[in-house]
Amino acid sequence: MMNESAVFWSRMLTELTLSFHIIYATIGVGVPLMIMIAQWVGMKNNDEHYILLARRITRGFVITVAVGVVTGTAIGLQLSLLWPNFMRLAGQVIALPLFMETFAFFFEAIFLGIYLYTWDRFDNQTKHMLLLIPVAIGASMSAVFITVVNSFMNTPQGFELVNGELVNIQPLVAMFNPSMPTKVAHVLASAYMTSAFLLASIAAFRLLKGSNHIYYKKSLFLMMKLGLIFSIATAVIGDFSGKFLAEYQPEKLAAAEWHFETEEAASLILLGFMDQEENIKLAIRIPYALSILAHGNPMAEVIGLNEFPEDEIPPLYIHYLFNIMVFIGMFMTLVSILYVAGVWRGWQFIKKVWFRWLTVLGGPLSIIAIETGWWLAEVGRQPWILRGYMRTAQGATTSEHVDMMFILFCILYIVLGIGSIVVLSRMYRANPIEQEIQDRMAEVEGGVR
Amino acid sequence: MNLEVLGIIVLWIFLFGYVIVASIDFGAGFFNAYSLLTNKSHILSNIIQRYLSPVWEVTNVFLVFFFVGIVGFFPQTAFYYGTVLLVPVSIAIILLAVRGSYYAFESYGSRGHKGYAFAYGVSGLLIPSSLSVVLTISEGGFVDIIDDLPQLDFWALFTSPLTWSIVLLSIASVLYISAVFLTWYAWKAQDWEAHELMRKYALIWAGPLIFMAVAIIIQMQQHNPDRFRNMISIWPMFGISATLFLMTVWLIWKKRGLGLSVGLLILQFLFAFFAYGISHYPYLLYPHLTIYEGFTNQEMAISLVIAFIAGLCLLIPSLYLLFRLFLFNKEYVTGNQKDFHA
Repeated sequence: MMNESAVFWSRMLTELTLSFHIIYATIGVGVPLMIMIAQWVGMKNNDEHYILLARRITRGFVITVAVGVVTGTAIGLQLSLLWPNFMRLAGQVIALPLFMETFAFFFEAIFLGIYLYTWDRFDNQTKHMLLLIPVAIGASMSAVFITVVNSFMNTPQGFELVNGELVNIQPLVAMFNPSMPTKVAHVLASAYMTSAFLLASIAAFRLLKGSNHIYYKKSLFLMMKLGLIFSIATAVIGDFSGKFLAEYQPEKLAAAEWHFETEEAASLILLGFMDQEENIKLAIRIPYALSILAHGNPMAEVIGLNEFPEDEIPPLYIHYLFNIMVFIGMFMTLVSILYVAGVWRGWQFIKKVWFRWLTVLGGPLSIIAIETGWWLAEVGRQPWILRGYMRTAQGATTSEHVDMMFILFCILYIVLGIGSIVVLSRMYRANPIEQEIQDRMAEVEGGVR
Repeated sequence: MNLEVLGIIVLWIFLFGYVIVASIDFGAGFFNAYSLLTNKSHILSNIIQRYLSPVWEVTNVFLVFFFVGIVGFFPQTAFYYGTVLLVPVSIAIILLAVRGSYYAFESYGSRGHKGYAFAYGVSGLLIPSSLSVVLTISEGGFVDIIDDLPQLDFWALFTSPLTWSIVLLSIASVLYISAVFLTWYAWKAQDWEAHELMRKYALIWAGPLIFMAVAIIIQMQQHNPDRFRNMISIWPMFGISATLFLMTVWLIWKKRGLGLSVGLLILQFLFAFFAYGISHYPYLLYPHLTIYEGFTNQEMAISLVIAFIAGLCLLIPSLYLLFRLFLFNKEYVTGNQKDFHA
C-alpha cells in the first residue's frame, strides 16, 4: 500500500514549505513585539525617532506577513494533502489547538489591518499603540498553538489506542503534553531574539553603508539590548529542553549528542565529524557536561543510543544541526553582550567596521539557527510522525503526483522569496530615513493634517 | 440537534462567509484588470483599492478557518479529500499565494504594472474555478475506492459537463456578487462614474448567473438522481433565493435601495447555499463518507464547539471595529480624509 516515492516527496515538500514558511513566521511572531517596544519607547521619551522606527518597521512587516499568510495557508492545507493518514488519526486528538490557531491568526489579521491604516488617525497616540497589543498577542498565540501540535507529535498523550481505535480522548491533556512547555518557550524566545537581531543587522548595515544618522544608532542599540535579553532567555530554555529530552525523548538527545553507550558522568561531544564506521573525529569532549545538560548533575546516568532498536534511531547528522544552532546562539549572545557593555563603558571597538559587520552577520545567522533548530526538531523525531504510534511513512499520501507538486512549490517559493526581497529593498531605498524625517518636519511645521 | 449537524452548520456558515468576501475580492481584481484593458481604470481603481486594502488578509482567514475546522470536526475528510485533492488544491494554493502576496507587494511596495494587474485579475477567476472542483467531486461519481484508497478519476472529472457548469457558475457568482457590492460601495463613496459602470456589470452578470444555476439543477437529474430528488424536495428554499435574486436585480435596475440590494444578495446566496448544503445531507463525499462516519469523538467535538464560541466572542467585536473604521466610515469610504497608512 505504501508508495515509497510519495513518502519521499511528501517529506521533501513538507520540509521545503516549512523551511520557507518559518523565516516569515518567525518574523511574524517576533517583529510585532519589537514594533510595540519601539513605539512605546518613542512615546515615553517623546522621541520621534523611535516612533518613526516603529512606523518604518510596520511597512516592511506587512510584506513579510503577506508571505507568511500565504505560506501558512499552504502548510495548513499540505498537512491534509500530504499526510492524510496522519491527520485522520491525530486530528481526533489534536485538532483543538489547530482550530484555536485560526482564531489567533484571525484576531491578529483584523488588528494589523486596523493598526496599519490608522497612523495619526486618533488624536491620542496611545490608542493607536494599543491596537498593536492584539496583533502581538495574536501572533505569539499562533506560534504557541502550532508549537503545541508539534510537541504533541513528539510526546503524544491524552488518548489510548485499543485495537487500532482511539479511546478515552482528552484534548486538553493532549495539548499540555510534556514537551509543550519547553518547546513553546523556546520557539517564542528564539523568534523574539531572531527578530531583534534581524532589525539590528539592518541598522548596522545602514551605518556601514554611509548613513551616520542617529536614528540607526538608536535602532541598533535598542535591538541589541532586546536581542541580548532574548538570547539569554533562549539559552536558559535550551538547557531545560536538554533536561526534558533526557527524560521523554532520550533517543533524540543521544543522537544529537552522538552518545552511544549509556553511562554515568557522560561527557558532551562538541563539533567533530563522523566517518563511515561511525568513528568520531576532531571532536571536543567536555567531561561531565552531557550529564549536567541532561540531569543537572555531573554524575547522572545518560541513556545512550545503543539502548534503542536500529530502526527507531533518528539520523545521526542531527548532531551537526544541533551544533550549528548552539554555536550561533552563543555567538550572538557574545556579540550582543560586547555591544551593550561597550555602549555603557564607552569601548571604541564596537564602532569599528569589523564589529559592525559581525552585527550585520547576526541577522542571517539567526535565521540559519532557526532553520537548523527546526530541522533538528523534525529530523530528530524520525522515524516517527507521531512518536511511538505512527511512522512517518505510514502517515504519507499515496498520490502519484507529489514530485510534480514539489517542483511547482519550489518555483512558487523562489518567486515569493525574490519578490519580497526586491519589494522590501525598493520600499526603503525609495524613502530613506533622512527623507522621511524631512517630510515629517515639513508636515508638522506646515500644520498639514 | 446533534453535534455532527451543529459542526457542519458552523463550517458551512464560514464557507459561505468565504464565498461572499472572497467573491468581492476576486471580482474586484477582475474588474480592475478589465478596466485597464478598456482604458477605464481611472474609474475603478480608487474605489477598489479603498475597499480591499484593510480587509484583504481577513478574506484568507475564512478559508483557513473552513479547512482547519472540517479536518477538526471530520478528521476522515483529511483522508478522503486529502488523498484525491492534492493536485487541484495545490494549484489553488499556488494561485492564492501569488495573488495574496502580490497584492501586498503592489499596494505597499512598488506600484503599477499592467501585466501584474492582468495576472491578478485572471487569478481571481481561476481560484474559484479550481476550488469549485471540490464541490463537483463531492457530488459523487468521480472517486472510486480501490484497495481501501480513494482514487480520483481525472478523465471523468474533466469531461463531465457538470464540472464545467459548476466552474462557470462559480465565475458568474464571483462577478455578480462583486459587481452588486461595488455598485453599492461606489454609491456610498459618491463616485458616480464607478457606480454607473459597476451597475452595468451587475446587470450583465445577473443573466449568466441564473442560467448556470438552473442548468446545474437540471444536470443533477442526470448525474445523481438521488441528489436531484433531495434538491427538489426543498424547492421552497431555492424559490425564496430566486425571488430575492429578482428583487435585487429590480432594485439595481431602478437604482433604489442599494444598501438593501446588497442585503438581499447576501440572503439570496445564503438560501441557495444552504439549500444546496441541506440537499447534500448527510454526505460529505457521496456516497463514501457521511458526516456521521466522518465525525470526530464527542470530547473533541465539545471542546471545538467551546473554542468556537469563545473565539466568536473575540472576533465579532473585532470585526465590528474593523468595519466601523473602514467599511462603514463615511470619511474613509469617500476618501475625504488623509491617508493614515503607515
